[in-house]
Amino acid sequence: MEMLNIKINGKDYTVEKNTTILEACHKFGIKIPTLCYLKEINEIGACRMCLCEVKGARSLVAACVYPIDRDGTEIFTNTPEIRKYRKTNLELLLSNHDKKCLSCPRNDNCELQQLCLEYKVDETKFQGEETHYEEDKSTLHLVRNNNKCILCRRCVAACKNQYVSVIGANNRGFDTAITCAFDKDLNEVSCVSCGQCTVVCPTGALVERDDTAKVFEAIADPAKHVVVHTAPSIRATLGECFGMPIGTNVTGKMTTALHMLGFDKVFDTNFGADLTIMEEGTEFIDRVQNGGTLPMITSCSPGWIKFCEHYYPDLIPHLSTCKSPQQMQGSMIKSYYAEKAGIDPKDIVVVSVMPCVAKKFEITRDDQGRDGMQDNDISISTRELAKMIKTAGIQFTELEDGEFDSLMGIGSGAGTIFGASGGVMEAALRTVADVLTGEDLEKFEYTEVRGMDDVKEATYNVAGIDVNVAVTSGLKNAAKLLDDIRAGKSKYHFIEVMCCPGGCINGGGQPIQPGHVRNFVDLREKRAEALYDDDRNLPFRKSHDNPEIKAIYDEYLEKPGSHKAHELLHTSYVERKKY
Amino acid sequence: MQKKISNLPFKGTPEQEAKLKEVIAKYQDDPGAVMPVLQEAQDIYGYLPIEVQTMVAEGLNVPLEEVYGVSTFYSQFALSPKGKYNISVCLGTACYVKGSGDILNKLSEILGIEAEECTDDGLFSLTACRCIGACGLAPVITVNDDVYGRLTVDDVPGIIEKYKN
Repeated sequence: MEMLNIKINGKDYTVEKNTTILEACHKFGIKIPTLCYLKEINEIGACRMCLCEVKGARSLVAACVYPIDRDGTEIFTNTPEIRKYRKTNLELLLSNHDKKCLSCPRNDNCELQQLCLEYKVDETKFQGEETHYEEDKSTLHLVRNNNKCILCRRCVAACKNQYVSVIGANNRGFDTAITCAFDKDLNEVSCVSCGQCTVVCPTGALVERDDTAKVFEAIADPAKHVVVHTAPSIRATLGECFGMPIGTNVTGKMTTALHMLGFDKVFDTNFGADLTIMEEGTEFIDRVQNGGTLPMITSCSPGWIKFCEHYYPDLIPHLSTCKSPQQMQGSMIKSYYAEKAGIDPKDIVVVSVMPCVAKKFEITRDDQGRDGMQDNDISISTRELAKMIKTAGIQFTELEDGEFDSLMGIGSGAGTIFGASGGVMEAALRTVADVLTGEDLEKFEYTEVRGMDDVKEATYNVAGIDVNVAVTSGLKNAAKLLDDIRAGKSKYHFIEVMCCPGGCINGGGQPIQPGHVRNFVDLREKRAEALYDDDRNLPFRKSHDNPEIKAIYDEYLEKPGSHKAHELLHTSYVERKKY
Repeated sequence: MQKKISNLPFKGTPEQEAKLKEVIAKYQDDPGAVMPVLQEAQDIYGYLPIEVQTMVAEGLNVPLEEVYGVSTFYSQFALSPKGKYNISVCLGTACYVKGSGDILNKLSEILGIEAEECTDDGLFSLTACRCIGACGLAPVITVNDDVYGRLTVDDVPGIIEKYKN
């Protein structure tokens, strides 16, 4: 590797050849402002916020895409001229920006606002014509407000990275806007609801639909019994909304906060995840032994399901018929728990806290719920829960540790790792291997399927049968495996697909980290590590060892795959159009 | 100016579709195929409605949104068909200084459409064109093959009336 001696702001440094100015500066403790840059997926040098001076260059250069390729390069990042250009740039952006910051959902967490603060920008500097767009509130999962859009195209890149590409820059010049083809609303195109666009948007142009008011209303209604359950990955990410380090496990504080918010019961969706493994593991064994459709593909991720329905409807028979953990948990709350507690399920409001905005869509699907009742009534994201905690004045970081309530409050380590890509596969293998061998196997960590590679594959010999498995996340990667299945070339028996890159820990409902953090820290790895750590410290690490899971089958569901289980825990899918 | 999307029903024929498929096949392995295919598609259909763009997207295996982005970026592409009567307003230098901009505005006002659009009844479309070589008659418009010169804004309603029946 060729090393170059360079100067940044007059100080000597050594960098690898072709390091960008942005990366080099980051390495040496200098933050260059960016708005459009997203490492690996949006490196277009368009926003011009990262302008720097390279001695001898004809004009200022975009640090994010300028590779340092000459020994002796002299770079300046903070001259009066650069500050002036950056400031003017921001003032021009604001000249056509809806500046209602006080009521903006991203107030206090907006990258544009933060830069305006740092550069002491006068928002009234350039007055002129402003474009006006109607808000797109057509979907259940997000609201698009193009009046807040700065055309950075991060969302376009995120959508393209998911192989969905339903949004893009259309028209030109002053009329350029990020819209769908032929100006359709988002609910008219094959958007999969993953919400990755909301996580990368630097402003308030793309935000999750805020359902917190409905939750507060339910809690305040004395006639309602409000039950909340939190997905595996929430414990690994919620702390970030309160300034805690990325990858902090906040299970204890979170359960305390949920009780303080006034929920009548606080359950753990890890229980639902364990239940999913019992059903999905059984389904897999049945498919293998009885010539069912293989490879079987996991069905926990509603964005992935919608993608399959829109883009690969011919592969629907490969999907496991199991409901997702959210839906299983909700279904059991309104049946098993309602019976045990002697409460009419119609008086129960089930609130799920999810890393995901597609879950808002999933709860409304026709093929979920029963007797005209949804399994879950309201689904909120990690970000929305954080907002509720803040609104309620709960000092999250100061809280004592609490616990989940019993009946559905115990989750195994297998359940907790559902939140990271590879977790469902590993959890399933832990149970399937024990069931098929009839033993309590001591080796149950399947580390080959962990990590952040695009596709992870392994072959495990389970009770004399070679099982080929593959794990992938991010729909771009999933598409490769699906194309192979279509072509009849797939060698796998069991595939785990998660819609969002890295799995739920990087879901569309997770805390938003600004570009200058997410470009240099692998959020997925840090958050996943918190879950694997949680797994190592839990008393039960296999779904079938979870005493509450044993109890629900003994007392209610009889056995995995029973008639009753099928009625309550399984679902079906529909073909959807691509255009 | 944002391109207006036509609401007129699509009237593509099987022959046109077969031709488009040939074009798509020709550019199948070309990574920069969207532009030339859209150009030829417009030659076939006269404009690029969603039905045509969907065929292009599907045929080239690129997202419809990407095709649409290209079609709205370049002024050469039309999302509206030509009307039964296509009115071209010359915006060449001589016509322009003689007030053809005002003529265009008047046409636009009466017809309720912008340049490069077509009325909902399919009768009129409006095009802003460059010099047609009749500078001596400036300002000039053409309605299909009929030429009208030395116009004032007040002449415009009468010309439109002529073609309405």
